[in-house]
Amino acid sequence: MSEILKLFKAQASKVAGDLRHRSLIQTALGKYETQRDRRKAAFQSWEEARQVAAETKWEAMRSLDEHLVSFVNKLEARGTRVHWASNGVQARDIILGVIRAKKARCVIKSKAMTAEEIHLNEAMEKEGYEVVESDLGEFIVQLRKEAPYHIVFPAMHLTRDEISDLFHRELGSAQTSDPEELTMIARRALRKKYIAADIGITGANFAIAETGMISITENEGNARLTAALPKTMITLLGIEKVLPRMADLALFLPMLATAGAGQPITCYNSLYGGPRRPGEPDGPEEYHVVLLDNRRTELLADAEQRDALHCIRCGACLNVCPIYRNVGGHTYGTTYSGPIGSVITPHLRGLQDWKHLSAASSLCGACTETCPVKINLHHHLLHNRRNAAAQNPNWIEKTAFRVFGTVMNSLALYRVVRAAARCLQPLHGLVKGGPFDPARAWTKTRELAPVAPKTFREQWKERA
Amino acid sequence: MKVTLFIPCFVDLCFPRVGMSMVTILERLGHQVTFHEDVICCGQPAFNSGFWEETRVVARKVLQRLESSEAVVIASGSCGAMMKVFYPEIFDHAPEAPAARALAAKCFEFSEFLVNRLGVTDLGARFPAKVTFHDGCHGLRELGAKKPARALLSRVKDLTLVEMKDAETCCGFGGTFAAKFPMISTAMGEVKCLSAEETGADYIVSNDSSCLMHVQGLLDRQGKKVKTIHLAEILASA
Ligand code: SF4
Repeated sequence: MSEILKLFKAQASKVAGDLRHRSLIQTALGKYETQRDRRKAAFQSWEEARQVAAETKWEAMRSLDEHLVSFVNKLEARGTRVHWASNGVQARDIILGVIRAKKARCVIKSKAMTAEEIHLNEAMEKEGYEVVESDLGEFIVQLRKEAPYHIVFPAMHLTRDEISDLFHRELGSAQTSDPEELTMIARRALRKKYIAADIGITGANFAIAETGMISITENEGNARLTAALPKTMITLLGIEKVLPRMADLALFLPMLATAGAGQPITCYNSLYGGPRRPGEPDGPEEYHVVLLDNRRTELLADAEQRDALHCIRCGACLNVCPIYRNVGGHTYGTTYSGPIGSVITPHLRGLQDWKHLSAASSLCGACTETCPVKINLHHHLLHNRRNAAAQNPNWIEKTAFRVFGTVMNSLALYRVVRAAARCLQPLHGLVKGGPFDPARAWTKTRELAPVAPKTFREQWKERA
Repeated sequence: MKVTLFIPCFVDLCFPRVGMSMVTILERLGHQVTFHEDVICCGQPAFNSGFWEETRVVARKVLQRLESSEAVVIASGSCGAMMKVFYPEIFDHAPEAPAARALAAKCFEFSEFLVNRLGVTDLGARFPAKVTFHDGCHGLRELGAKKPARALLSRVKDLTLVEMKDAETCCGFGGTFAAKFPMISTAMGEVKCLSAEETGADYIVSNDSSCLMHVQGLLDRQGKKVKTIHLAEILASA
């Protein structure tokens, strides 16, 4: 068993049995579900909206090359410097290069999962720069030196009291369990940082090919400040963020808000197209856009699973996933957790190391049912399982399934197995649930259904 | 109509009453029931584990033996999904593709068959108890069969159906998943059992014995009073 899998199992066992975690997450997501359903009902037809969104993303991905060129040309025409990064190392080097050239000391960041993906903060801190997350949830997990627990709600796993303790310890603030007061504490700490920052780094929710613009949608206004105050702005985004037209936002913005947080629309929606132009009162003097591939083009080449690139990172599939709800976001050990993480991580970071995430699913399909862009998530878990087994099969398992096939195709052998099961059943009681029980994985927590005195086949025969 | 019954291996071995109840109901409705003793399993455990070639070995036999059937009724939504949704996928572009599609077109999960194919909801059953219904995920999402089971239950005399919280949430069985990740599977099952218990129901009903096997296994271990029962057993009772 690989170290990554061992860690996953250990962590999953710990969190799955943690009743406090279970009720915390259930309560948080229960509220989300109520809100989401109310907002979904406000769509004339949510199902049709999903269909249109899926088709729009197909269109975007089918001619991604053309869309990207259009996007970049428009951006560059306004004086934006666009950089292409094939992988995380390149993206980090590009960004560090800009920071160095600007002789910057302090960097303020708004939420960007792509930055987590390439471990940008660590790289900047290693070079001695001060990096501050400005999204409240991200700010909290940064203070805790933790990865985000969820792609949309980074600090969902924490109670108000825990956050108060953290602020008290790290920022010296007075204890409070009033959410507004907690927000104010963070805001006061962050205001100073905005003013001190030389560089602002943002992610992107959408990249509009038609107009060459970055769309950022957020609830706290922190991305706006991150973009507006520092002299230099950098946006890091994956190449799959493209939407063909500006008009597509009319669907995608409310859809993202509804699926992601049960909101009609997110509070602040901004578009960025370039640095400050002569005569404009605000905006950065210099604007850099870093386009990240990091194996996305490989996923694009996979005809079966390329729809995974449609993901708008709304987090809805995490929210409905019973696995995610029980093991929690950190257990995955990946930037992208939940169903979408289980689907794409093997593509982004290696199938053999991350195939267990595709196996750790009951394939219930709640993710696919909820995904606003109709990614065939749970079937892709099956595809990953197949690809993993074909590439590097576990020989014990493979042999077992060969035997299984032979038995299931032969009534005589099946009868032998049935007879054996009957004989061994009384003996099973002696070892049941213990270390010598071959069925321990099941019987440790569950009773095993006994073989009936007369099976269906036997009863059927008697009737004839 | 000539109806071929597909009894999955675990129903054959552990839940024969479910299969026999289906025979009773279909015959009561005037259909001729046939059963191929040598069609044992749909191959799902191998498929779910990623061993598609090993699955095809089992699936080929199913295709061949059920080729001439008029309608195939499957005693589990999960095996139903395997034959209806995944056989066409594993034989995509293969010589067996037409046979797989033909079988998919005439396969039905039991409750779906009664309501959608035969148009029957009232079977004259009586079951004086309070029950709650658990949707098996494969029947619900792969086959899109949410309504049939409830339509059938609504016609059972003296039965009260109380919906549980998150009735559509997975019970955590998931086939080989239950053994590969028992800690996650058990946690999911505990959540399910609790939701069911909160309704005060005497029985947890489902149209999938695989979910019930999991749920009952947990309930028994915890010494809980709630019992599980398959929809067909209720419908066969008078
Ligand atoms: S896969 Fe779908 S549901 Fe999940 S985060 Fe992406 S868009 Fe949202």
